[in-house]
Amino acid sequence: MVERTPLWAVFVLPALLVGAALVTAGFDAVLAAGARRGRPGSLRETAVRAVEPGRQVLRHLVQQPRRTRASDLPLARIGAGLLPVAAVLAAVVLPLGFRSVSDLPEGIVWFNAMEALAWAAVWLAGWGPNSTLSLIGGYRFLAQGLAYELPHMLAITTAALGAESLRVGEVVDAQAGLWFVVWMPVAFVIYLLSAMAMAFWGPFDQPAGRDVAGGAGAELSGADRVLFLGGRWLLLVVAAAFSVPLFLGGGHGPLLPGWAWTVLKTAAVLAFLVGVRRAIPTVRMERYLELAWVVLTPLAIVQALVVAVVVLNR
Amino acid sequence: MDVAVFWVLAVLAVAGAVMVFRFDSMARATFSLLASLLCVGGLVVLLGLDYLGIVIVLMMTIEMAIMAVFMVMYMMNPAGLMPMTMIHNKKGAAVVCGLVFALLAAGILLAPWPARRGKAPADPTMELGMSLMGPQMLTMMTLGMALFATIVATVVLATRRGRYDRFGDDLRARRADDPVRGGVGR
Repeated sequence: MVERTPLWAVFVLPALLVGAALVTAGFDAVLAAGARRGRPGSLRETAVRAVEPGRQVLRHLVQQPRRTRASDLPLARIGAGLLPVAAVLAAVVLPLGFRSVSDLPEGIVWFNAMEALAWAAVWLAGWGPNSTLSLIGGYRFLAQGLAYELPHMLAITTAALGAESLRVGEVVDAQAGLWFVVWMPVAFVIYLLSAMAMAFWGPFDQPAGRDVAGGAGAELSGADRVLFLGGRWLLLVVAAAFSVPLFLGGGHGPLLPGWAWTVLKTAAVLAFLVGVRRAIPTVRMERYLELAWVVLTPLAIVQALVVAVVVLNR
Repeated sequence: MDVAVFWVLAVLAVAGAVMVFRFDSMARATFSLLASLLCVGGLVVLLGLDYLGIVIVLMMTIEMAIMAVFMVMYMMNPAGLMPMTMIHNKKGAAVVCGLVFALLAAGILLAPWPARRGKAPADPTMELGMSLMGPQMLTMMTLGMALFATIVATVVLATRRGRYDRFGDDLRARRADDPVRGGVGR
C-alpha cells in the first residue's frame, strides 16, 4: 500500500524530475556526439558532452530574447509554461518506491488528463509567435495527438483493468507477484510508443522537426525556449517513469529497496527510449495515424479483452 | 477552505466565460473557454465527484484543442490578423440571454429543493453511475451505438473520395489510389 508523503515532497518532486531530465538529455547528447564522430570519445570529451544540455539552458537564459511581429505573446508564454507544469502535475501520482506525492483514487485518469494539457500547450506555443513554421508544428502535434491518444488510453485502461482499480498504488500492489508487462505485452509496447509521441520526441519529433526549423518551438527564445524544450524532456521522463508502476511492477523487486528499483527501472526505460531514437527514423504523423487506428487500436482492444476475461475468471 | 476554493473557481469560470466574448482573437477565445471549463471541472471535484471532474478536464482539454483547429478553419479571416468578434445580432442575443438568465435564476430560487436525507455516500461517483446507468444500461448501450453510427455515417457522407475513387470502378485495384499514403502500406 502506498504510504502518505510529507508536504516537502511537493517541492522535491520538480527538482527530482528536472535532475532526471538533465541526466537523460546529457546521455542523449553523449550518444549523439558519439554517433556523429563514429567512435566514442575520451572520458573528458564525454563529460563535456554530458553537461552540454545544462550549458544550453544557461545560454538561452542570458540570450537576448527574439520577438516576432504581431505575435500573441501571452498565448505563446502560456503554451511554453504549461508544458513543464503539465509534466510535473502528471508526476504527482508517480510512486517512488511505494510513495507518491498524492495517491489519488483516480490516479490513472489524472495522469491522462494532465498529459492531455500538452495538446493545448504545444498548439498555443505554435500559434502564439505568428510564424508559419511554428504554426505548422502546433498543428502537427494535434494530428499526432489524434493518432496516439486512442491506443494510449486503451493501454493504460488495460493496466487499470488488470488491477481492478484506477489508483496507481493498487496497480503496483497487483503486480507483487507477476508484472503486468508479462501478460500485457501489447499494452506495454503501445504505451512506450505513445510515451514518445506525447513528448513529440524521437521517431515522433515532427511537431518540433528539423524540416520546419524546430516547429512549434521555432520562434521561442530565452526563458520561454528553456521552458518549452525542457518541458518536453520532463514529459518524456514522466511518461517513461509512469510505465514502471503501470507495467513493470513499480517498486517490487528482490534485495534492493523499493525506491531503488523504481529508479533502476525508470532509467532502463529511458535508456531504451533514447536508444530507440538513434535506431528509428522520424515517422510522419499521417503514417502513424493509419498504423495507430488500423493496427494498434484493434490490438489494444484485443489485449484489454484478454485481460478482462482473465480478471472475470479470477 | 472549500468555500474559498469554490468562490475562486466560480469567479474564474465566469470571468473566463465572459472573456470568450470580449477577446478579438479566435485562439484566445477558445482557450479562455477552456480555462472556464477547467474551473468547472475543479468545481465538480469539489462536489466530491473526483472522477467526473478529472474526466471533464481530460475531455475538455482535448476537445478545445481540436475545436481551435475547426474554429480557426471556419473563420472569415483565418490568419487572425484582423480583430474579430464572437458577438453577432447583438440586440437579439442580449434579449435571449437576459430571458434565459431570468428563467434559470427563477428556477433556482423557486424550485422546492429537497432537504438532505441520510448521509452522503462513500463513493458518490459510483452512486451517480449506478443511478444513471444501473437500470438503463440497455438504453445507454443503444445510445452509444447510435452516436457511434452517426459519427461513422457523417464521415462517410462527408468524405470526398469513396471506395470507387480508391479502388477503381470495379473495385479491383490491388492498391488504393490515395493522395497521401498511409502507414500500413495500402
